[in-house]
Amino acid sequence: MKKNLLISIKLTAVFIILLAVIYPLFIAAVGKATPGGGNGEKLSVNGKVAGYANVGQKFTDDKYFRGRPSNVDYNAAGSGGSNKGPSNPDYLKTVQERIDSFLVHNPGITKSAIPVELVTASGSGLDPDISPAAASIQVKRIAAARNLSADQLHTLVANHTQKPLLGLLGPSKINVLKLNIALDKLK
Amino acid sequence: MNTELTGVVITFLLTILLAYSLGKYVAKVFGGQKTVTDFMNPLEKLIFRISGIDATKNMDWKQFLKSMLTINMLWLVYAFFMLLFQNKLPLNPDGNPAQTPDLAFNTAISFVVNCNLQHYSGESGMTYLTQLFVVTFLQFVSAATGIAAVIGVFNAWKEKTTNNFGNFWVIFTKSITRLLLPLSIVVAILLAFNGVPSGYQGKDTITTLQGDTMQVSRGPAAGMVAIKHLGTNGGGWFGANSAHPLENPNYFTNMVEITAQVIIPVALIFALGFYTKRKKLANVIFGVMTAGILCLLVPAVIAELSGNPAIEKLGVMQPTGAMEGKEVRFGPAASAYWSIITTVISTGSVNSMHDSSMPVSGLMQLLGMMINSFYGGCGVGILNYFIYIIIAVFIGGLMVGRTPEFMGHKVEAREVKIAAVVTLLSAFLIKGFTALAAFMVANHPETAWAVQPGAWLNNPSYHGFSEMLYEYTSANANNGSGFEGLGDNNIFWNVTTGFVLLLARFLPIIGPIAIAGLLANKKFIPESPGTLRTDSLTFGVMTFGVIIIINALSFFPALTLGPIAEFFSLK
Repeated sequence: MKKNLLISIKLTAVFIILLAVIYPLFIAAVGKATPGGGNGEKLSVNGKVAGYANVGQKFTDDKYFRGRPSNVDYNAAGSGGSNKGPSNPDYLKTVQERIDSFLVHNPGITKSAIPVELVTASGSGLDPDISPAAASIQVKRIAAARNLSADQLHTLVANHTQKPLLGLLGPSKINVLKLNIALDKLK
Repeated sequence: MNTELTGVVITFLLTILLAYSLGKYVAKVFGGQKTVTDFMNPLEKLIFRISGIDATKNMDWKQFLKSMLTINMLWLVYAFFMLLFQNKLPLNPDGNPAQTPDLAFNTAISFVVNCNLQHYSGESGMTYLTQLFVVTFLQFVSAATGIAAVIGVFNAWKEKTTNNFGNFWVIFTKSITRLLLPLSIVVAILLAFNGVPSGYQGKDTITTLQGDTMQVSRGPAAGMVAIKHLGTNGGGWFGANSAHPLENPNYFTNMVEITAQVIIPVALIFALGFYTKRKKLANVIFGVMTAGILCLLVPAVIAELSGNPAIEKLGVMQPTGAMEGKEVRFGPAASAYWSIITTVISTGSVNSMHDSSMPVSGLMQLLGMMINSFYGGCGVGILNYFIYIIIAVFIGGLMVGRTPEFMGHKVEAREVKIAAVVTLLSAFLIKGFTALAAFMVANHPETAWAVQPGAWLNNPSYHGFSEMLYEYTSANANNGSGFEGLGDNNIFWNVTTGFVLLLARFLPIIGPIAIAGLLANKKFIPESPGTLRTDSLTFGVMTFGVIIIINALSFFPALTLGPIAEFFSLK
């Protein structure tokens, strides 16, 4: 027993050094070579940081493409989903309110054309992406708010659509922050 | 086929392919043959010398267990005190507070037993020090404990009659130096280059494009995310786990992480075949487990792709399927796939919120954890399956009227009793504690705990019951995922799940090791025409039947009250 305990203590100490000190420091050293130097890739506009490439942001202004509803209000000091079950009546009421609000902000759009991700919260509350359909449906509103042509915006959306991995794995998506940065540059 | 489904199919096939080669490698490592990682030899010798380990000494099953339990108890004490005093220790750039004693109790146990039930959010409930020195460290060593346990059992199966389980310390060390560490380095680097942070900088504050102020939590997550999957641990750096865009930034990292969590459990099945020279048995076990997984996976994928009928009624379109709690970059198919893999494997990491899954998927997730041996966690999956085999052998023996045998040894009353106790333990822990929790919600909603029982449930009715059932099922399976709406950071949940975790980890390891030890000691009986062959397809089907019957008898009533009732009420 005593011998086992002594071995346990020493072995634990050795592995703490190997696994909790050397291993993460090694990964951090390699990580310095990655975009963002291991502390998250940032996007800048005119030399000023506009956000993290992979972390979604809150867009409430009608001039911008909106992302998904967020349970943490896009504050990445925390993260999480609504954890509402599919049959929860309060939850369904919230979704109904989001649909109504979307229709108010996007006149001329019919309810049946709204992609579900625009009225349901993501798992992390920080989802950076929407589907191409969810971007296209907002074009009309943004064109009106910015005095741009719809065609111009549809091209923008098409150019920012990220195809599935290798063309055959997973869904297509659009990074909302990147799309909006490009949108600001349109004249 | 659409790209979401091809993504799932390709990922699965890739996993099996990689796992097969890894299985060969594992058999070689523990069989003492030459491998590509022999450059680790000097490091291992150094570790043995510093720790005072005599690598040549063999252990019987009792010595093997004693060593394992001693070091596990030590980790428990160490982790508890680290978490209790984390606010006073260095490497806390965000100034996070200490954990309360009941939360530290739960968290320490949870990571020692390879479960990773997290009643805190990583961004605010941990410091960088505890994320690395407690969580990452325990994610390695708890997985290595499971792998060592199963390799010990393989050693007993290898010989006709033997006392030898191998040396626990040696197998444990090699599990890390030859398997977990090298693979983690590869996975961590892949993740880091795809956007998972690896640097030590603290929380950032930025102004968004629209002009709001937002904070972004960061930290050296890449290394931990790698071992969290390879070791079937599942505890995330961030609260949202692998749904978080910094923990799982794109579809490629999603494939890497989902593959990483299945690869060792599957490799160990093939390793069983190569190591003990029973390839046919390994193939039958692999076949039964894979069939079982498909039975859970297909309905879940269909349910998620079909979308939520209640949302359908509101009149919006669900072109890809249900999206509440899911991320656009993964989509419903890969989310459903992950939710099933993570529950059958005992990982418990999530890339979507299970609480918002469709009732059918919720049912399949629960079943995956109740059965807990379709592949199963690192090492322990096979041990759990071994218990089902003993029961199947026993029933088969009764049917043909012969003393049951497994691998040439008579299975007698003592072994069957142990197997029965381990099997019944799950049903007792899950249902007993769920009943207790439901009793508190119904009759003492105002009890003065940090979260009052009346406020525990995030959803009403059947789904609320599922939240409680899921929590204990997850604790019992050492899984760690949750229906996270549950208000579980209070003394009731922290303490009760803590005890469930401990019992459900160590008894199902002690039980199979004891059975294997007792059997290996017995006289070897050569096969005769009357022997019930355990490596036949017939026996595989029989084991599958036993698994279904035991779990249906144990859990059908509870499941009826939760996801099944919700399914029929959701139109």
